Amino acid sequence: MSWFNTFFNSSIGKKFFMGLTGISLILFLKFHLVNNLSLFGGPEVFNTVVKNLESIKPIVRVIEVILALIFLIHIFNGLRLWLENKKARPQKYAVNGSSKNSTVYSRTMVQTGTIVFIFLIVHLRTFWMSFNNIGVNGITDHKYYEFVAASFTDPIYSGFYVIAMILLGFHLNHGFQSLFQTFGWTHKKYTPIINIIGTVYSVVVATAFAIIPIYFLMKGGN
Amino acid sequence: MSGKNINLTLKIWRQASPKAVGAFAEYKISISPDASFLEMLDEINDNLEKKNELPIAFESDCREGICGTCGLVINGQPHGPIPKIATCQLHMRNFKDGDTIWIEPFRAKAFPIIKDLVVDRSGFDSILQTGGYVSVNTGGVPDANAIPISKDIASLAFDAAACIGCGACVAACKNASAMLFVSAKVSQYALLPQGQPERYQRVQNMVAKMDELGFGSCTNTYACEAECPKGISVTNIARMNRDYIKASITANPVD
Amino acid sequence: MATLDSKIPAGSLKDKWTNHKFNMKLVNPANKRKYNIIVVGTGLAGASAAATLGELGYQVTAFTFHDSARRAHSIAAQGGINASKNYQNDGDSVYRLFYDTIKGGDFRAREANVHRLAEVSENIIDQCVAQGVPFAREYGGLLDNRSFGGAQVSRTFYARGQTGQQLLLGAVSALNRQVGLGNVKLHTRREMLDLILVDGVAKGILVRNLVTGEIEKYSAHAVILATGGYANVFFLSTNAMNSNATSIWRAHKKGAYFGNPCFTQIHPTCLPIHGENQSKLTLMSESLRNDGRVWVSKLKNDRRAPGQIPEAERDYYLERKYPSFGNLSPRDISSRSAKEVCDEGRGVQGGDAVYLDFADAINRLGKKAIEEKYGNLFEIYETITGENPYNVPMKIYPAPHYTMGGLWVDYNLMSSIPGLFVLGEANFSDHGANRLGASALMQGLADGYFVIPYTVGDYLASQKPSLVETNHPEFVKSETELKDFVNRLLSIKGKRTVDDFHKTLGRIMWNKVGMARNEKGLKEAIQEIQTLRTEFWKDVNVVGSGNDFNQTLERAGRVADYLELGELMAQDALARNESCGGHFREEYQTEDGEAKRDDENFTFVSAWEYINPGTWNLHKENLEFESVKLSQRSYK
Repeated sequence: MSWFNTFFNSSIGKKFFMGLTGISLILFLKFHLVNNLSLFGGPEVFNTVVKNLESIKPIVRVIEVILALIFLIHIFNGLRLWLENKKARPQKYAVNGSSKNSTVYSRTMVQTGTIVFIFLIVHLRTFWMSFNNIGVNGITDHKYYEFVAASFTDPIYSGFYVIAMILLGFHLNHGFQSLFQTFGWTHKKYTPIINIIGTVYSVVVATAFAIIPIYFLMKGGN
Repeated sequence: MSGKNINLTLKIWRQASPKAVGAFAEYKISISPDASFLEMLDEINDNLEKKNELPIAFESDCREGICGTCGLVINGQPHGPIPKIATCQLHMRNFKDGDTIWIEPFRAKAFPIIKDLVVDRSGFDSILQTGGYVSVNTGGVPDANAIPISKDIASLAFDAAACIGCGACVAACKNASAMLFVSAKVSQYALLPQGQPERYQRVQNMVAKMDELGFGSCTNTYACEAECPKGISVTNIARMNRDYIKASITANPVD
Repeated sequence: MATLDSKIPAGSLKDKWTNHKFNMKLVNPANKRKYNIIVVGTGLAGASAAATLGELGYQVTAFTFHDSARRAHSIAAQGGINASKNYQNDGDSVYRLFYDTIKGGDFRAREANVHRLAEVSENIIDQCVAQGVPFAREYGGLLDNRSFGGAQVSRTFYARGQTGQQLLLGAVSALNRQVGLGNVKLHTRREMLDLILVDGVAKGILVRNLVTGEIEKYSAHAVILATGGYANVFFLSTNAMNSNATSIWRAHKKGAYFGNPCFTQIHPTCLPIHGENQSKLTLMSESLRNDGRVWVSKLKNDRRAPGQIPEAERDYYLERKYPSFGNLSPRDISSRSAKEVCDEGRGVQGGDAVYLDFADAINRLGKKAIEEKYGNLFEIYETITGENPYNVPMKIYPAPHYTMGGLWVDYNLMSSIPGLFVLGEANFSDHGANRLGASALMQGLADGYFVIPYTVGDYLASQKPSLVETNHPEFVKSETELKDFVNRLLSIKGKRTVDDFHKTLGRIMWNKVGMARNEKGLKEAIQEIQTLRTEFWKDVNVVGSGNDFNQTLERAGRVADYLELGELMAQDALARNESCGGHFREEYQTEDGEAKRDDENFTFVSAWEYINPGTWNLHKENLEFESVKLSQRSYK
């Protein structure tokens, strides 16, 4: 497996795995979002969705483990790239001209990624742990919807969600088209379309996720 | 052509030797807008020499934008504010009277400073020496028209081959990555029939060398393409990624 | 006076090279690695030579003063490379390329060399294509050609306006491959400052490490110089800032004869000078003359904008004077004509520039076609001048561009010093008194890929494999002298800068040893250069030290050499009482102002032997023309 090591640790290999894990996470987000949108169907719909997931818990657990691994590789490679890339330029420029040659999304992947990661911890702690009855905030009677609604009545908490989702959008906006480039999937005709799809996807995902806390905040908790 | 002289303040990086601590020094100059940027530096140096002071070391050669010798970071941008030209083609008419201009060397771990604004870019050659060629000896080659190549492919290969090896891509990249430079050469040969026999071995060798030399990774910000004096496209990077991934997963790994 | 042995092989012109290749001695493949060869310069000639010799198995050490082999000034050649492929079926042949080159050179080149050049021209294109050089192609996938000055066939291969770049990158890729394989050791940032002779034979060189200032000694069985031309003696030229004559000049001072130093080419299509702080002149490819029309106003001191000068008041002087070649007349003729009209006061705004107008071509072919052909050249023009040549005619003026002269070499490209070979622009060999467009690339690669690999082997076959040690007294002596030379430059501490001297010399050269020369001017030039040289050694100020990266010191050494070379150029121009090609003596012209050769008295190569500063001995190599009949060059 020395070839795998060589590839995994090469500059292009690291990016390849960033892309591979990235696209997996993008797919996961889509699934997650569809589930979340069932909140707009009211308590019954949402609670049923969650109950259904409960019923296939072993499968969900396996997927969660895989997902966690994907996250870890994504984060590990991201940090590795960030540290190595910093080392590649030990002395910074006195005048930073990067705003003239690149987008802010592309330059801030580590920053947006880190905030999304912090968000993820908070998010897991609030919802995943509660939904799974781990720790203190256990949910009784399958009142998941009510729990979500109550959680978002805190304006600071909801505000953090919204900001995190906007940054997730930034992260996705670069990540989506970037992974096509990393895989070498560029094409004179299709790349511009992919770039548009990427931006639309990022905006949709970020907006849809962000609307949920705003919706409950404005609705006032029920 | 000639207009009124413009007055400028320059903040220029001075560093006596590779290990010395560098700092910015300030210079004032009044210069014709028709002069080139490097002619402006010539003039500063001329004034310094007349005062018996050490001139600013900077490199240039052809001053026509093709040799790739010159390269300064001007107000944070390699080769200055005008796209698709080398520093030597930048003219003072692009600056305004009273401007302050910051001039720095290309900064990268793989491009150590030799003196002032002069850096060592020999890493580029080391990469090319591992695979930037078609292995044919002189003589014994087929007639030039024996292999027809579509005009479009020849043109794409030319676009990649137009790289002047100046290093602006490395200087512009926030990760000091050399991917645009390396991919331009890899692409040229990957596109042409002459490059096919060694295509996958070449890309592995060149990427391995590039990584070894301490260039950063590509995070697809495309600053390289924006600052490249020859407009080398990042599609070359995609092509190299594709070839490298294919080579890594399918072909034999590099020894 | 000694006669020079050009070692031209016997036999008919077309068989000479073939026979010679067979008759030359070979070095056994196993023995090749016992021979060390030094190659100085990594342009087309140097890179191709070093790569090919490395492929053959010799131990090659290559040097360049650049930070990378790829920076050599061959990279800047725009237009193309000639080859007698006759792909266009328009009547080209080896003989026609040979004839055009001989005629273009105004019958002052060696027939045998030029014929060999034409013969191998075809192999060059094959070689470059095999290397992956992306030449321009037709829609059918085959190679495209364009026409060029001085020829009536389309035989020029090109890669947009960057042919030199692509060819050099091809040659450098071959060199890089050999470096990677360990057959060639490449030393960058090293400037050759002396040639070492042991018992009159070239055995090594001294170089200065331009980063550390150290003098380094290298020994070899043969030394090859491929260091380019010396047009920078004019200060303003199309050459790169660092192009210089130092290598060949130091070799000349060690005994290598200098051939035809006064034969310099003034390129007709360069950008005019903008002001005092101008550092160099930019060439616009001659290929522009394919579609551009050259004109000036018929009136003196016409201050009107070009668009306001009506057709009837324009003088398309090249088309008028040379109807059959018109705007594609050879370089010397085009340059001199431009100078003539400007001297008459009919230049742009009464100054030193003429128009190169694309309006007709754009009307005929469309803007897109012109953009495709010349897009990058037009962009360069606009970047530099701030004017758009699609709307306003370009302004051009001649500038020193290429030096046909160089170290004298025999048919084997060996100089008058045994073991010292000279290739490319650095030698005098193939272009006579004027070089045709797209021929320099051809010569550089011919010498490096296809001539020197044979002839250097022939020489080495008779050499013992033992290598001279670098502590040999000759090395030590030269090292001491060189250190003294550097110290002397640094210790003058005068008032004038190096550039100041260079500019002064350049003005003398341009005014008196430039496009048109006369006896009085040349004698004055010699006086002035001698005075300037004395002044230089009394009053130059070289700041900094000799122990580190010091660009002023680099330039000072080069200018010191120019101050001697400039005088030799004037001496040679003075001694050649005729006009031929790029050498135009005002005293020798026909009634309508054309160059008037004196074949009876000057059908020879001037090979100058250095005695001491300001003193040379002239040796003559008579040129025998067996295949072509000497005629008055006519492009009418």
